[in-house]
Amino acid sequence: MSEPLIAMRDVNKYYGEYHALRGITAEIGAGEFFSLLGPSGCGKTTLLRAIAGFEEISSGVISLLGKDMAGVPPNQRPTNMVFQSYAIFPHLSVKQNVGFGLRKSGMGVAEKTRAIGEALEMVGLGHLGGRAAHALSGGQRQRVALARALILKPKVLLLDEPLSALDRKMREDMQVELMKLQREVGITFVLVTHDQEEALVMSDRIAVMFEGEIAQLADPEVLYRRPATKRVADFIGVMNFLPGQAADGTLEVAGLGQVDLDGTFVPDGSVSGACSVGLRPETLTLLADGEAGSAREASGVIDEVVYYGDMTYYDVRLEGLPEPVRLSMRNIVGRDVLDVGAPARVAWDPRAMVVFPD
Amino acid sequence: MRVRPLGVFAVLYLMFLYAPIILLPIFAFNDGTVIAFPLRGFTTGWFAELTQIPALHEATLNSLIIACSVAVLATCLGLFAARAATRYKFPLKGGIMGFIMLPLVLPEVIVAISLLVVLMQLGIETSIFTIILGHTLLCMPFAIAILQGSFSGLDQSLEEAAVDLGETRAGAFRLVILPLVTPGIIASLLICFIISLDEFIIAFFLSGNEPTLPVYLWGQLRFPARLPVVMALGTILVGLSIVLLIVADVFRRRGLRKMGQQDAGGFL
Repeated sequence: MSEPLIAMRDVNKYYGEYHALRGITAEIGAGEFFSLLGPSGCGKTTLLRAIAGFEEISSGVISLLGKDMAGVPPNQRPTNMVFQSYAIFPHLSVKQNVGFGLRKSGMGVAEKTRAIGEALEMVGLGHLGGRAAHALSGGQRQRVALARALILKPKVLLLDEPLSALDRKMREDMQVELMKLQREVGITFVLVTHDQEEALVMSDRIAVMFEGEIAQLADPEVLYRRPATKRVADFIGVMNFLPGQAADGTLEVAGLGQVDLDGTFVPDGSVSGACSVGLRPETLTLLADGEAGSAREASGVIDEVVYYGDMTYYDVRLEGLPEPVRLSMRNIVGRDVLDVGAPARVAWDPRAMVVFPD
Repeated sequence: MRVRPLGVFAVLYLMFLYAPIILLPIFAFNDGTVIAFPLRGFTTGWFAELTQIPALHEATLNSLIIACSVAVLATCLGLFAARAATRYKFPLKGGIMGFIMLPLVLPEVIVAISLLVVLMQLGIETSIFTIILGHTLLCMPFAIAILQGSFSGLDQSLEEAAVDLGETRAGAFRLVILPLVTPGIIASLLICFIISLDEFIIAFFLSGNEPTLPVYLWGQLRFPARLPVVMALGTILVGLSIVLLIVADVFRRRGLRKMGQQDAGGFL
């Protein structure tokens, strides 16, 4: 990353007494697909609106292309936004909506028509230009909102929960389409979402936010496999937390046994005393009858079975553990789905452990 | 066929509401000066006579001037109030809006007397101008109620989207907000116009020697011979009111359709 496209330095925002953004510092590079991920009320939308210019920040600096944006209104920033409600102008046609931003471009009529046609083509709505905007479906509205923003060739496209109003199938299709589109146009996308799966699928990098602070900023794989805090680990995907005790380089994990701390991942560098040991469901393996085990093996009873078609999730009650652990198995050919109450052997690997201090 | 009690009630209810109004055109076309059955025969003479009374024409002109001014004034003020109420947060908003809407339920006689007292204290002569003031006060709540409906249906991000796409705030209002509330504005203009045109009490107190149409009509009741002419005039006024009300509601519904919203009641 040479010159960052967006640089945020110690950004704070207060609503009266309420501290909505607490010292946000981050840089977003050109051409990046960047996500702000967090539960509702974590400040992610406020930050996005601050970048767009709809919210004034209380202190700190947000600069775009190296220029401080303080006091620059939204219509003079090199950003465009796709709103959560899409904000399609209901009294205009699809074409008029898409061409709205070109009013002040100084383009001729022919040039505008061509640009609108291209923008609609890009989002796969080439045939709908003449339709009235209020006669569109949810997915089509979203595409119109995208075309309307992208036609201005912004440096940054800001997307506020753009997929939350779509049904699941449509959402998954749009995720892939948005990624393709972003690669095609090469514009920096900043996406706000509360859906961790959506963020993992689409983003180059993700900033996980809690209570107005960035808890961790990393690429999806690091976030998933090397979460910095227990809260991030819990928010992204599913993670089992087993009580543990660390001392002198060894870790005693309840229900599993003793391992070398060296082989595990410790986000803080070192840990001692009581701790939580995180294990993702897919890093635990259910051993079939007669399947060769290893020393890294625990036994228990199946407490709950959740069948997903391609996967099955099992909650297994291990000896010496108060809570059952969740593990996932792919339903490959020849592997039976086990029943509740069946005895189970679970293989585990210390390399998958993430150790958080308590 | 079984007689349903609620059906009977509905019919009686409608008769109670509309029988007097139906009598109006019946006697307006009746060829006789006495307002009583049996009818004497058909005539349009009373309508013809309407065109022969200069005082009536003057009153009509007064009423039209007042109604038009009131419609514009009340709608403009209502526009500001409705926009403020739906878009911005400010201290004491609930109280302020409540006070603006209060004339809706205050007894008109009380409002009219209070206005007269204030005008006399200020030494202002009663005239068309004072009626306009009084009627604007009366119409404001209606204008606000109609316009608030238009504004509150608007997604706030529409305006932000327009600004985001390069427009100034004024441009966003002109290009996006105004077209979307235009049906509401037209409905408000028409409703305020009708209310002012039909209003009697405030006009009666504040008119001085410039009577409005209702005030003139009331004055004519002293002359029994003029009654059929009054009936004819009343027929025209009722007809006009109904037409304007329908037009107003057509605009309101068109506005809703434009935004792709469901109709949630209205005047008709």
